[in-house]
Amino acid sequence: MGRIFAITVVIIAIASAIPIVLHTWAPPEDISTHGHAIDDQMKDTMYEAGLSFLAAQLLLGLFIWQNAGRGKQDKLKTFPGGAKGLVIAALVLVGSEILALGVLGQKAWASVYFAGPDKDAMTIQAQAGQFAFYFRYPGADGKFGGMHPDKIDEGNQNFFGLDPENDVDSRDDIVAGELAVPVNRQINLTLHSKDVGHSFYVRELRLQQDFVPGLDLAVHFTATKPGRYEIVCTQLCGLGHYNMKAYLSVLSQEDFDKWLKERAQ
Amino acid sequence: MSQEAAHHGPPTSFLRKYIFSVDHKVIGKQYYGLALAAVFTGMILSWVMRFHLVWPNAAIPGLQWLSKVGAPGGVMTPEYYLSLLTMHGTLMVFFVLTNAPFAAFGNYFLPIQIGAEDMAFPRFNMMSFWVTFAAFVVLMSAFFVPDGPPISGWTAYAPLSAVGSDAGPGLGMGQNLWAISIALFCIASLLGALNFIATTLDLRAKGMTLMRMPISTWAWFITSCIALLAFAVLLPACLLLILDRIAGTSFFVPGGLMISDRLQPHSGGSPLLWQHLFWFFGHPEVYIAILPAMGIVSHILINSMRKPLLSHKVVIGSMLSIGFLSYMVWGHHMFLSGMNPFSALVFSFPTLIITIPATILTLIWLGSLYGSRLQINSASLFALGFISMFVSGGVSGFFLAQPSIDIYLHATYFVVGHFHLVMGVAAIFGIFAGTYFWFPKMSGHMMNETLGKIHFWFTFVGAYCIFMPFHYLGLAGNVRRYSSFVDDYLQPLLPVHKFITIAAFCTGAAQLVFLFNLIYSRFKGAAAPDNPWNATSLEWTIPSPPPWNNFGDKHPVVYHDPYQYGVEGAKEDFTMQDSPERVPVKS
Repeated sequence: MGRIFAITVVIIAIASAIPIVLHTWAPPEDISTHGHAIDDQMKDTMYEAGLSFLAAQLLLGLFIWQNAGRGKQDKLKTFPGGAKGLVIAALVLVGSEILALGVLGQKAWASVYFAGPDKDAMTIQAQAGQFAFYFRYPGADGKFGGMHPDKIDEGNQNFFGLDPENDVDSRDDIVAGELAVPVNRQINLTLHSKDVGHSFYVRELRLQQDFVPGLDLAVHFTATKPGRYEIVCTQLCGLGHYNMKAYLSVLSQEDFDKWLKERAQ
Repeated sequence: MSQEAAHHGPPTSFLRKYIFSVDHKVIGKQYYGLALAAVFTGMILSWVMRFHLVWPNAAIPGLQWLSKVGAPGGVMTPEYYLSLLTMHGTLMVFFVLTNAPFAAFGNYFLPIQIGAEDMAFPRFNMMSFWVTFAAFVVLMSAFFVPDGPPISGWTAYAPLSAVGSDAGPGLGMGQNLWAISIALFCIASLLGALNFIATTLDLRAKGMTLMRMPISTWAWFITSCIALLAFAVLLPACLLLILDRIAGTSFFVPGGLMISDRLQPHSGGSPLLWQHLFWFFGHPEVYIAILPAMGIVSHILINSMRKPLLSHKVVIGSMLSIGFLSYMVWGHHMFLSGMNPFSALVFSFPTLIITIPATILTLIWLGSLYGSRLQINSASLFALGFISMFVSGGVSGFFLAQPSIDIYLHATYFVVGHFHLVMGVAAIFGIFAGTYFWFPKMSGHMMNETLGKIHFWFTFVGAYCIFMPFHYLGLAGNVRRYSSFVDDYLQPLLPVHKFITIAAFCTGAAQLVFLFNLIYSRFKGAAAPDNPWNATSLEWTIPSPPPWNNFGDKHPVVYHDPYQYGVEGAKEDFTMQDSPERVPVKS
């Protein structure tokens, strides 16, 4: 029975690794300027974690194979180096992994969160509510009108609670159900929640950020490849959570200008 | 080390013997029974959810009887999926993973392993169980209120959980019941933890020094220290949530929220406050689930290997440092929550450092297997399976500990695969190992080995078939907590989900073999000798099952370290802790 266990563990370990090695299920192609750093970090981690996984499972299999069923006539042996050797091995091996991944790898995180957006970044506001995303562009004046939760009226398409009668800035604000951005231009996306917690997740952008009620947050990114990508909600927000989505359209500058103009009228 | 505190007479009536018993052994079995009820309920919920995920429009026979609104004609609504998801998580984390390895086995064996007659506070102990039972009843009653159970997940993030039924079905009375149930559970766990700590420190038998305690006892002791601090934070968090819900306070709800076309009458609260309080409990909770399993597995492996682990001290030291570090890492659940991004680094680093004691433990288990006389039986198979699962679930933690990678993997099935393997499956393997090992002592009957091995093989292979693919789904960006997969990019992943669902049904069915074995062996199993495994610790020095006062009228005296196996020059290959035989000192 011990030997069957040993073989099973080894088969499971190798079978588990195959889809990883073959990239059967992998992240889609990255379309952001910061994403490659995250992908590299993930690849390095995959090597280190994957090798640790295989090594541990194979050793488990090997030692069970060797020792299962040994009886009183067989001599007990102690692992060469004993506990001390193993503790040192763990400290050195895992310690260096932590240093390599944990310290050096923070660059990827820093590029998304530590540096603010460039001065010429284009600011777009995203609002999440049960169960839809809306996006707001400041219009020709470059200013967003103020938001008044009591004025939110979905029947009249006033999703942000704008007050165009009294608020000049809000009059030319453009509201859309999809997020269109020009390619290769940095976008500063501010996130506002209307009701409960939500999250903004675009796999291809390697970007995910929660919407927190009462706390306006911002993330910035530059999309490098035109196309249409799904934006999904990843924070449990209620019964329609699974169906809360929108699209990100990365357009050429020309197409983007046209898109914006169509909506400005 | 006074025995006075725990002293009480034998039970005199049926009620005192089996229901409102102050005997730690009866209470341990009661906890185990409660965990069984919870685990099978939770498992059936997962079956129903897995079925719905791959056949969203098919009727599930009988589900309409549970809820006419949630499953009209047996077809589940999206909100009912979330209700079941919340109940599955809550039942499993609290009533199974906390109750079974810690409260059940800890209650039964901690006093015996240290040579005590009972817990330090037997009446508190009885109260712990009955308050836990009340918490269970309150939680289950959420199934029967008109709106059904809450849909906010076991993490109950505010404001979804705090603003009442405006935010969705189940968030009215269902969420109230959830919060009350968890508050009760916290009270019970605090009492239990205090009792464990007092018992370990005060009631050890003569000669039972701290370092002579078995590793399982150490694990329960460390776990109770963690539980004392963790539940002490979740309790007030739940109370504040209840106040927000019924007294109109705003601890977790900011102003200006427009929910269901109604401006909410709250202002000034912070949703992040709930997350901090919840995860300050939530992360240590992972170790509350896994540390007892580590202790149980070590205890069993040593017996099966017929030799001690490479170092008793290093194992205890590693468990202590895991317990200590578990309080410094809660923020890694919140990398993307909008808290200061610099704090992500502060939380990421200790999270990565926890890998060191975890690796040391794994290497000690592996290194101790080397050159051993490994005996294979149901208990040792599950103990070895635990190591495999702990490694598999542990390595994925290396990804999630890094905030940059978390940007991609957060809230995907990768996370679901990670925590199910490491705190779910691994801990449950510890529970199974413990059951096969200690059942003879608890019931006086041996368990059926053939059924045990069938149970092991289906569970071991099955659990991998279920939870390994979760990681692949996560790598492809499959989002969790979705009641059906309508997004375009998720369509190619549906075959993987089908595979997982079928694997879940098969693995679940194998658990019925376990249940059958448990019941069958209890009545028809061969009579168990006092020490069927030739083990060394004190629980094997007394009859199976033990009398009400454990050691009869004599007080045990301890002469040895807990694991005197294979000592050269000793009479046998094991020397019991209370044996006055002098054995050559090693290590």
